[in-house]
Amino acid sequence: MQERIAFCLFTGLLVLGLLLGVAGCSARGGELLPKKERLRVATTTSLYDTGLWGYLEPMFEEKYGVEVDVLYAGTGIALEYGRRGDVDVITVHSKAREEAFVSEGYGVERVPFAYNYFLIVGPDSDPAGIKGMSPEGAFAKLQGTGSEAFVSRGDDSGTHGKEKAIWESAGFDYEDVRKAGDWYIEAGRGMGPTLLMASEKQAYTLADMGTFLAYKGKIDLVPIVDKGSALLNVYSAIACNPDKNSKVNHEMANNMVNFLTSPEIQELLGDYGTEEYGMSLFAPCAGAEPSS
Amino acid sequence: MTELWQGVVRAVELIVALDPEVMEIAGRSLALAATSCGIASLVCLPLGSLIHFNSFRGKRFLVNLIQTFYSIPTVAIGLFVFVFLSRVGPLGELGLMFTPAAIVIGQMLLVTPIILGLTISALRGVDKALPETAISLGADRVQAAVLTIREARFAILTAVIMGFGRAISEVGLSLMVGGNIKGFTRTITTAISLETSKGDIELSIALGIILISLALVINIALNRLQQR
Repeated sequence: MQERIAFCLFTGLLVLGLLLGVAGCSARGGELLPKKERLRVATTTSLYDTGLWGYLEPMFEEKYGVEVDVLYAGTGIALEYGRRGDVDVITVHSKAREEAFVSEGYGVERVPFAYNYFLIVGPDSDPAGIKGMSPEGAFAKLQGTGSEAFVSRGDDSGTHGKEKAIWESAGFDYEDVRKAGDWYIEAGRGMGPTLLMASEKQAYTLADMGTFLAYKGKIDLVPIVDKGSALLNVYSAIACNPDKNSKVNHEMANNMVNFLTSPEIQELLGDYGTEEYGMSLFAPCAGAEPSS
Repeated sequence: MTELWQGVVRAVELIVALDPEVMEIAGRSLALAATSCGIASLVCLPLGSLIHFNSFRGKRFLVNLIQTFYSIPTVAIGLFVFVFLSRVGPLGELGLMFTPAAIVIGQMLLVTPIILGLTISALRGVDKALPETAISLGADRVQAAVLTIREARFAILTAVIMGFGRAISEVGLSLMVGGNIKGFTRTITTAISLETSKGDIELSIALGIILISLALVINIALNRLQQR
């Protein structure tokens, strides 16, 4: 008898879980399989970790009556999702690779919509003494010192791409830097986790300003190098090309690109973060490449 | 240490307040694991019986192979499912990538070897004298098999629970093929992964505690069932 009660209890629990799950899904208009029109956005982690997508997503959903699925990934994997046709629009920050993505025919057009700057952040005491140097000079000194740890994203992201470019323009072969010694650490993770790791190790790292400000309260690092044209960080939106993958939701992807560059959203973008961080995380640049 | 304690406090707060977002992801975790385990069980129980009650060449090797897959990494299955379900993949037309259905498929692949292998072990654990006696008393093979399965039912249930535990606790596969989309494919484990990467350790601990609590409730139910 007790066996039967327990069995009923167990099955009941599973059924309850199922119902709860379905209720949870349908509360936001979803089912186990998608029915409502959906738009898939693959975004670089820095736009996700700063909370920007959490802020913009409901506005877009309300305006266009569509369910937006935001996938966060490094620029490398976000572009790969686009190539495979698994997303409709991508927002990333790695100019050369975005241009390749468009010229290969996977993306329709590269539309810059916001920018800010990268920072080399590190411990307040600046043990390598690189404060006030140019980004290239700072990297060269870190390499020369060879004792102060530097945490690299190491994940083929836009930030990682920028780091490689700085190494190259400082006159190093990136593959040599990777093998240079224990001081060069490859995290293989997103910007947030990389900052947390650098803080734990009291190491230097290259970070985008948005994520750095969003994590400022959780980490024990300060900006060390924040000037230099190499540090410009431009975010663009690219609608995936329906010629490559007929299933992409091209119309809605275009709406997203237009939404991001629309005057009202550009204004919100420019203000984003002022309340929480005391300064804005992004500067708007509606459709045009910022010059410096 | 204070973080741990604050995590516990936060977990209790979230549970008591029935925080809608937490309830939603907990419900989704439970539903996905229950669905994948349920479907896998429906396949594995008959299949396991078929393998156990028949002798054929390579049976031992097959069982070894099944047991090897107990330890397959979730990310390996994630990658496999990703390649198949991605739009350019063989099953891309179905458009299942980054949906809960993709997670269910992956979890099914994950738990099938466990439930299948443990079902076979459960049946093997039944005293051989039982079916033999039944047959000597005039039962046919099918009746003897049914008797064996009945005798092994609790061990088989344990197999299902093991599979359920593996499904609800995995994270690599859900992240890879589900994408951790808020309100759609976010589960407790992927939420923990995200919150930890955001540095919100308290919330991560709280979610971990909620996951363990769910497992505890399920295990208590099972234990009562086994005590008879």
